Amino acid sequence: MMTTEPHIASAFDRDLEAIQAMMLKMGGLVEAALLDAAQALETRDDDLAERVRRGDKAIDALEEQINIEAARLIALRAPTAGDLRTVLTVMKIAASLERCGDYAKNLAKRSSVLSQMSPISGSAGAIRRMAKAVEVLLRESLDSFVQRDARLAADVRLRDAEVDQMYNALFREFLTHMMEDPRNITACMHLHFIAKNIERVGDHATGIAEQVIYLVSGALPEEARPKDDRTSTALPPGAK
Amino acid sequence: MNDMRIVERAVETRNIKISARGVQVHYGDKHALRDVDVDILDNTVTAFIGPSGCGKSTFLRCLNRMNDTVAVAKVSGTILLDGEDIYDRRVDPVQLRAKVGMVFQKPNPFPKSIYDNVAYGPRIHGLTRNKAELDEVVEASLRKAALWNEVKDRLQEGGTGLSGGQQQRLCIARAIATSPEVLLMDEPCSALDPIATAQVEELIDELRASFSVVIVTHSMQQAARVSQRTAFFHLGNLVEYGETGAIFTKPSDPRTESYITGRIG
Repeated sequence: MMTTEPHIASAFDRDLEAIQAMMLKMGGLVEAALLDAAQALETRDDDLAERVRRGDKAIDALEEQINIEAARLIALRAPTAGDLRTVLTVMKIAASLERCGDYAKNLAKRSSVLSQMSPISGSAGAIRRMAKAVEVLLRESLDSFVQRDARLAADVRLRDAEVDQMYNALFREFLTHMMEDPRNITACMHLHFIAKNIERVGDHATGIAEQVIYLVSGALPEEARPKDDRTSTALPPGAK
Repeated sequence: MNDMRIVERAVETRNIKISARGVQVHYGDKHALRDVDVDILDNTVTAFIGPSGCGKSTFLRCLNRMNDTVAVAKVSGTILLDGEDIYDRRVDPVQLRAKVGMVFQKPNPFPKSIYDNVAYGPRIHGLTRNKAELDEVVEASLRKAALWNEVKDRLQEGGTGLSGGQQQRLCIARAIATSPEVLLMDEPCSALDPIATAQVEELIDELRASFSVVIVTHSMQQAARVSQRTAFFHLGNLVEYGETGAIFTKPSDPRTESYITGRIG
């Protein structure tokens, strides 16, 4: 159980709230970047893709600001117990979100390349559905932080397996397209990296959920979570 | 995997030095300490923390029967030192205090020479047979208290002429000259500057090789720095007692969390 009483030193509360607010703002920007980049891919909207690429600077700047403020807070306030776990969790989540922002930016870059090529039928829509599913996981992991809700965090952690399954399906689909027509290879390679990067954002959402469990309970979850990314052992169809 | 102790800070012993059960203290009508059960380990620094009036100093003073000197104080329950009841009628409090030494908040050297301050305990308890032995005890105590090099050329000068930090280390040398088994410290650094505080804290860490050290402190950071076990007192109750790293990262009682994070005074 975490206490929610205010500190005797009210400036301590303001400092703690400030880094959490910055982290949540980062989260909002990353969620939007992911959805926008996936939409830019599906609608072949180069302007939107360009806006996503430029928007990553704001995400990076927020992470830097969080690190500076967190270091200051540790030096000046010597946080302990729940306060200490809050600061540590904010720093770790901010680092995760920064990576997720980079993945969204990479998606936007590849979408500008893909818009020059003929589309692979159905793939952009499938990627957008996957991006949407991951965005929900990311949003709910951050909601669990705001509400200090370890049960919601545990739920998010288990649901990443669904994203892994979507990625498996896309992986097989891209293989099929490439074998059918080698002229699809360039586009499918880009699409595969996009799918892989979105799957990694899902892993970060899982990591954020685990941090929330640590924040609330003082210990990281011990049992292994279900994973369903089987592509690392995939063989071409027909291979023995 | 959940063990938060860093190797260096790990407590090597599980030997219980002091075992307290159902300790209650009344000062007249005031119930100052309620039903305290605690086992204090040997070769370990144990910190007592808590807001003013929580009972931590009262409990510390039970451990060498300093409360005997307070007319209205009534102590009940049992406190065993190495399995022996220290409140047994056959125990001489003066002998007990040679075994359970104490260092106070303000350095209080006797108005005597540096040498005589340290030699005082061994003399009255007849611990040495001749001058050479006494010289040895004085030097060894001053060395353990990390003061020898600063005072070895002026042992006959007055102890009150030293700086505050030196005076406090002199008091520690005086306390350890009788070869105690337990050293009680009641806010030993509150009158010292940060440098002298760091020196005394370093000393406390070295002393735990030879003694069980119990320290009362208002500085949470000091408790976190010097102790391996922490006990949190509140309103006369021992609320939580455990490994210091665990108390400061994941206390189990919300009152402990509120206190160490600066939410209740």
